[in-house]
Amino acid sequence: MSKTIKWEYSPAPEGTGHIELKKQYELFIDGKFVPPKSGKYFKTINPSNEKTISKVAEADQSDVNHAVASAKKAYDKTWSKMLPKERGKYIFRIARLLQERAREFSVIETMDGGKPIRESRDVDIPLASAHFFYHAGWADKLEYAFPGRQAKPVGVAGQIIPWNFPLLMASWKLAPALATGNTVVLKPAETTPLTAMKLAEIIQEADLPPGVVNIVTGAGETGKSLVNHPDVNKIAFTGSTEVGKYIMKAVAGSGKKYTLELGGKAANIIFEDAAIDQAVEGIIDAIFFNQGHVCCAGSRLYVQEGVADEVISKLRKRMETLIVGDPLDKNTDIGAINSKMQLKKIKSYVKLGSEEGGSIYQSSCPLPKKGFWHAPTIFTDVSQSNRIVQEEIFGPVLAIQTFRTVDEVIAKANNSPYGLSGGVWTDKGSKIFKVTRDIRAGVIWANTFNKFDPASPFGGYKESGVGSEGGIEGLSGYVNLV
Amino acid sequence: MSSTFATPIDQIGVKERVSRLFSRSIKKESKVQALHLALSMIDLTTLEGKDSPGKVTQLCYKASHLHDSFPGLPNVAAICVYPTMVPVAKKALKGTGINLASVATAFPSGMADLQAKLDEVTSVVDAGADEVDMVISRGKFLRGEYQYVSDEIAKVKEACGNAHLKVILETGELATLDNVRLASDIAMEAGADFIKTSTGKVSPAATPPVVLTMLEAIRDFQAKTGKKIGMKPAGGISTAKQAIQYLVMIKETLGDDWLSPNLFRFGASSLANDILMQILKQSTGNYQSKDYFSID
Amino acid sequence: MSKRIDIQKTYKLFIDGKFPRTESGRYIKWVDSKESTIVNICRGSRKDFRNAMVAARKASGSWENRTAYNRAQILYRIGEMLEGRRDQFMAELTLQGLSKKQAENEIDQSIDRLIYYAGWADKYQQVFSRVNPVSLPYFNFTVPEPTGVVAAIAPEDTSLLGLVSIIAPVIAGGNTIVILASESHPLCSITFAEVLHTSDVPAGVVNILTGYRSELIEHFSSHMDVNAILYCGDDTEHKTLVETNAALNVKRVIQFPKQNWSQNQHQSPYHIMKSQETKTTWHPIGV
Repeated sequence: MSKTIKWEYSPAPEGTGHIELKKQYELFIDGKFVPPKSGKYFKTINPSNEKTISKVAEADQSDVNHAVASAKKAYDKTWSKMLPKERGKYIFRIARLLQERAREFSVIETMDGGKPIRESRDVDIPLASAHFFYHAGWADKLEYAFPGRQAKPVGVAGQIIPWNFPLLMASWKLAPALATGNTVVLKPAETTPLTAMKLAEIIQEADLPPGVVNIVTGAGETGKSLVNHPDVNKIAFTGSTEVGKYIMKAVAGSGKKYTLELGGKAANIIFEDAAIDQAVEGIIDAIFFNQGHVCCAGSRLYVQEGVADEVISKLRKRMETLIVGDPLDKNTDIGAINSKMQLKKIKSYVKLGSEEGGSIYQSSCPLPKKGFWHAPTIFTDVSQSNRIVQEEIFGPVLAIQTFRTVDEVIAKANNSPYGLSGGVWTDKGSKIFKVTRDIRAGVIWANTFNKFDPASPFGGYKESGVGSEGGIEGLSGYVNLV
Repeated sequence: MSSTFATPIDQIGVKERVSRLFSRSIKKESKVQALHLALSMIDLTTLEGKDSPGKVTQLCYKASHLHDSFPGLPNVAAICVYPTMVPVAKKALKGTGINLASVATAFPSGMADLQAKLDEVTSVVDAGADEVDMVISRGKFLRGEYQYVSDEIAKVKEACGNAHLKVILETGELATLDNVRLASDIAMEAGADFIKTSTGKVSPAATPPVVLTMLEAIRDFQAKTGKKIGMKPAGGISTAKQAIQYLVMIKETLGDDWLSPNLFRFGASSLANDILMQILKQSTGNYQSKDYFSID
Repeated sequence: MSKRIDIQKTYKLFIDGKFPRTESGRYIKWVDSKESTIVNICRGSRKDFRNAMVAARKASGSWENRTAYNRAQILYRIGEMLEGRRDQFMAELTLQGLSKKQAENEIDQSIDRLIYYAGWADKYQQVFSRVNPVSLPYFNFTVPEPTGVVAAIAPEDTSLLGLVSIIAPVIAGGNTIVILASESHPLCSITFAEVLHTSDVPAGVVNILTGYRSELIEHFSSHMDVNAILYCGDDTEHKTLVETNAALNVKRVIQFPKQNWSQNQHQSPYHIMKSQETKTTWHPIGV
């Protein structure tokens, strides 16, 4: 009989021939693409090879003023006066157009941000259109969402979105804002502006009234101008807790509403009676999904002592099967780190983890020479007092501790200023309800991790944020109840 | 053997893992390699009441002459037949290097007393079967009589002598993945050389979540004992695409060691032709027609 | 025969189910409008607030995990006890400047408000929970959960009804509270604490301080263990301070303008929801 062979997967890159990208993107204001007043542009690069993909306009204060003015005009003149069901139809239209162009959006998302095409194809883009689809239907049904109250739109919403799920975050902020009758000025992250600009094209194609959605690209300064603009009535922000706190201070006394989705350091808890193989898969999804650039990532793993050796050994073996490399390859599991800056931050934490006495294990996959890359990494022999256990790393780095009792692990899980998400793995129903109740966090995954849906509210306790997005709860951030 | 033996399995988690494994895109050289490999892992099977010596002889011929106009193809791993066909097949396979497998133990129901089963095993081994595919007593298993199931397998193993024992769990009747896992563990502990999903007579036959669960049981058994147990999904695997997906599943669950007919088999009747069509498509660039491939 | 000397009440703080004097030893002289009565009120300090916070945090877990039915009964019990103490509140409210009729009204409404929220304590979860139809084989549900410890600055004007209207929805929702009583009308706040004390409210669930807003608001809003800061009033400086300090640990900010708390629109399950978090749980549906 034949002997064992070495079977490797051949490259399976997604084609890029069909996508349309301009050399330069303007701002999207009042339904038109307009150049920035300053004439300044910045480059957006592909983090997997450091090649420039396109140039994007840098909006300054005067551009933001222009965008807010057009949003305010659109709110006063058209959007707030439109029949809710008609508003809904526009949003349905956007959902459909996005579905039709899903492949193009997936490829661009992967090129601009570095995430594996498998994820942008199977998660980001389908969920983005699902968000528009779900929220479109709410437009003329808001009286059922808020019994006993009337929901009035807030006005102009300023939305600042992060680089980890660029189109998805844009969608999950735009859709509820529009459905509830607000107009929007949206600022994408500076490292991942392209799918937002492609979305602007769709919005134009959908014939949305000018000014209802405005998109201004730029970095922190652009965001600041938006936050501090007196005619902005609501700020929706997803990003770091540090910037979230800045926003809270900046809007203090202004009467602006805000929703903040901030950092996290989620505990993922594996009990002895868990379905271990599925739990190991859950650990992988929890920390290595999107290179760990996920605010709700399960970055603190707690394994009950009796199964710790088994879980860690299986985890290591599973890590070896993760394919790290070309994000456009359909077999890639782990793509590129989003930016040079983020890579530097991750590396400094990994160095710190070793200095703090942690035992490091990294998968042995070769990393590409060009671009920003980091191997999947786990630390054992760490304790609650280590900084890699306390602080958000936002990369593929997992800190593992063991525990003995339920009370002990709940105390450790809650021993954090964050409270965004948590995971619990056990075959015992009553234990699930006990632990999911006692973990102080907004999203709890029991026997699963990192699942998302437009109907499912997402938001954090404590320093992980204020308010929810998604579901009925997500609507309330965009309305005043009278 | 008690039920504390059991490792819980979460069905949804298994399904998600399967769909992730199956989303691997196998192209070009890796596809050609996989197709050849899959071909070499086939237990070319005929298990029908109307089987005749003529049909079995033809099948044996085909097993070693898969496509005479296309050189360089491997043979299938084995021919799998009913006990009464063993002498015919043994003769037809002489000199081919292809193994002869026979089902036994009152296949497919397993509804016979132990001695009748053992006699059947002894007779097919005496008649020259290299491999024996037994069925477990599902009724006993579902009633919780795990010790009976285990003892039965151990006795059959003894009766096999040097022949390889494949233990068919008939997972379609076990209903849950928890049961599949438990039955896998029992079979391996009791001495199975291979564990096999199905007889092909019960629906569903081999499903991807069942196969993954069994592969994980095999992996854990090796971690515990050092022994490498083989795996054979059977029934319902008829396309090259499915076969390649299973190869991905083996590779990423058990590793390259299992990418061999020594440790992995497909129980299938029509799979070989589809693989041949794919191999020809890869080498000629043209999609193929079934008319150019003999049915048995 | 000599005239009997009145026994005057000492108005102390209410912390952890006990009535301590302020640790600072400071007091505020409170005089009614007719200058007939002089009372010494504790001038609560930063440290008193700290102690109250420790008590509120300690009480938080077990209060949250009591059954909703039990919390409802305790709120109802507060209403019962308030009813039984009408005369004392009449005296204090009139001393604080209300007419007899107004005082009677305020007591009635305060009792009714407690009964209103007692009724909500075991229902708001049903009204505001959902099962979400996600597009995956998962059971997904969302429930409100108390945010934890609320630090509150009570309404200045309606000293009893305002206080009750703030405390009731917060504790009905399973939170614990440290509240700074009305600075200008403090008397019945402490008497209300006596009502709480005799109403099966566990120690630490409600803590009432007296003192100066301008001094304590900084501490209330900057304490890192406070989950939500609740402010009643229209002082722009105070509002900005509260919102700015909330950023220190991302406190939830709840605000009520000066308003006529006797209006029915100011009682609502949405008030309970202001101090609730949203928890969503996912679990696979399989065998």
